[in-house]
Amino acid sequence: MIAYLVRRVLQSILVVILVSLVTFTLLHLLPGGPARAILGPRATQQQLAQFVVQNHYDKPLIVQFGLWFNGLLHGDLGYSYKLNETVSGLIVDRLPKTLVLMALSIVVALIIAIPLGVYQARKRNTLGDYVLTGFSFVFYAMPSFLLALLLIILFSFDLPWFSPEAPQSDSLGVILADANGLVLPVATLALITIAAFSRYTRSSVMENLTQDYVRTAAANGAADGRIIVVHVLRNALIPVVTLLGLSLPALFAGALIVESVFNYPGMGFLFWQEAIVRDYPVLLGVTLVVAVATVVGSLLADIAYAVLDPRVKYTS
Amino acid sequence: MTINPPLPEHAAHVSDAIAAPIEPDAPPKSMWRLGLQVFVANRLAIIGLVVVVLFLLFCFVGPLVHHTEQLRTDLAQANQPPSSAHILGTDSVGYDEFGRLMVGGQSSLEIGMAAAVMATLVGTLWGAIAGYLGGAVDAVMMRVVDTLLAIPGLFLLLLLVAIFTPSTGLLIVVIAFGAWLTPARLVRGETLSLRTREYVQAARMMGGGNRRAILKHITPNAIGTIVVNATFQVADAILIVASLSFLGLGVPPPHADWGNMLSDGTAFTQNGYWWMILPPGLAIVLVVVAFNFLGDALRDAFEVRLRRR
Repeated sequence: MIAYLVRRVLQSILVVILVSLVTFTLLHLLPGGPARAILGPRATQQQLAQFVVQNHYDKPLIVQFGLWFNGLLHGDLGYSYKLNETVSGLIVDRLPKTLVLMALSIVVALIIAIPLGVYQARKRNTLGDYVLTGFSFVFYAMPSFLLALLLIILFSFDLPWFSPEAPQSDSLGVILADANGLVLPVATLALITIAAFSRYTRSSVMENLTQDYVRTAAANGAADGRIIVVHVLRNALIPVVTLLGLSLPALFAGALIVESVFNYPGMGFLFWQEAIVRDYPVLLGVTLVVAVATVVGSLLADIAYAVLDPRVKYTS
Repeated sequence: MTINPPLPEHAAHVSDAIAAPIEPDAPPKSMWRLGLQVFVANRLAIIGLVVVVLFLLFCFVGPLVHHTEQLRTDLAQANQPPSSAHILGTDSVGYDEFGRLMVGGQSSLEIGMAAAVMATLVGTLWGAIAGYLGGAVDAVMMRVVDTLLAIPGLFLLLLLVAIFTPSTGLLIVVIAFGAWLTPARLVRGETLSLRTREYVQAARMMGGGNRRAILKHITPNAIGTIVVNATFQVADAILIVASLSFLGLGVPPPHADWGNMLSDGTAFTQNGYWWMILPPGLAIVLVVVAFNFLGDALRDAFEVRLRRR
């Protein structure tokens, strides 16, 4: 297993380097070249020339990449002239807020999806199962912004229960303290995730229910509930860990849209705002960070899977 | 000690591999017919097909029958609730919503389907070439796929759209660029097993080149996987176009699509102007669910075709 983990870590490092190569390439594809695109149409020739020298754009590409990558390793993701802040500073400020939003939604989604999946597996092909499957189909097909809008209309305007706007604050503590403002953003992101999670739990539990150990436990007189909770769930939830890793890109994308609809001051909202005004350093920096987070996330999921499930043998 | 009975699918595949070359009474046409039978027997598939056809008629033939003004704005007629003159009311600049739903649907469906076709073609070729050639070529080509897959799609798309100002054509290319990775992976997996089959070996023995093997033997035999995935790709692409337009970075202004209709409607959520939000929203959900139904049914049809021959 050690060999597998080492190989997996090396693979992830390679992907991270390649992703940075992609963003580096995009930097050079910017309209009018990086200097003009970043400094804007009103920059003078002198300013452009100075910018080119400062950022080593006059050196050979391979040297540029080396210097740029070295900068990345030291946390230098560039400078946003539109916001007058370093990109890394912006990300350090915004990323935790996005991660909190995602974590809350994942927890809520799991709390709802796992019992749902178990219920559907036990009552498979009954009316209840079909109705829930129908719901997951609809939620799966529903764009997150539409779901967010419907929730706002229903639970902010028709029934004035929750705020239609996410908490507005620079401090994470204030955001977390405003539970009312968090309800709808978290609910939106959770609802679009529940569909996939409950489908997965359903099939995983169904598969495990046919295993020999379930029959043995039943023959020993264990009650149905005990078999499910003590024996089946333990095994059935292992693949859900992998699913968590795999759904990270979708969660980041979902967070971007949810943050945009609810004005939640996270990284997705920042990305959207800066995409509209074409603040390229921020766009490239955030893309890189999100990609690295995704790679690290799926690596962690794979490691967790290897640790949790000793039956799997990793060879070659 | 346990004796596990082989899973039904597994058994079918094994006997399939052994029996297929010597079974004389299985002409290809009957396999297609079997698949067709399964497809037709599937009620959800028929619902999906009907919904897709209805929407195509609605969007592309509808404007010929139901004429509405979609070029000149009419502020005197803005924000009207549904009436006999405007079946679904008007939007904030006075366009008829019902007519706009048709015109907007054209963009959504055109871009969605074109992007799906493009992504499928590129992905299929990429995957087939990587899987067939193997070795270093395969490793390099698949690392490219891994790398792009690591960047969450929406971020990559918004970045590309911000760099290359989108026209409709460019939007198709950008969406396809984010979507070809899945078919590439699927087809590569399929190719790895197909390239060891006897008929591919035979073609090589007889002096057929790589190109011939990939285009005449590998791709046609992976057609099930390709078609099923293409159907899901359309659904995904329609969702992505809608998302980009909703975020204000989709089809450029003179054009409408369901996503930017919805985003225009959001300004009026508090006023209760439901006709600006529900119709485009419902249209997106219906079309996406319909394509998902189609994809599921096609998968069943192709599986049966394989299992029963």
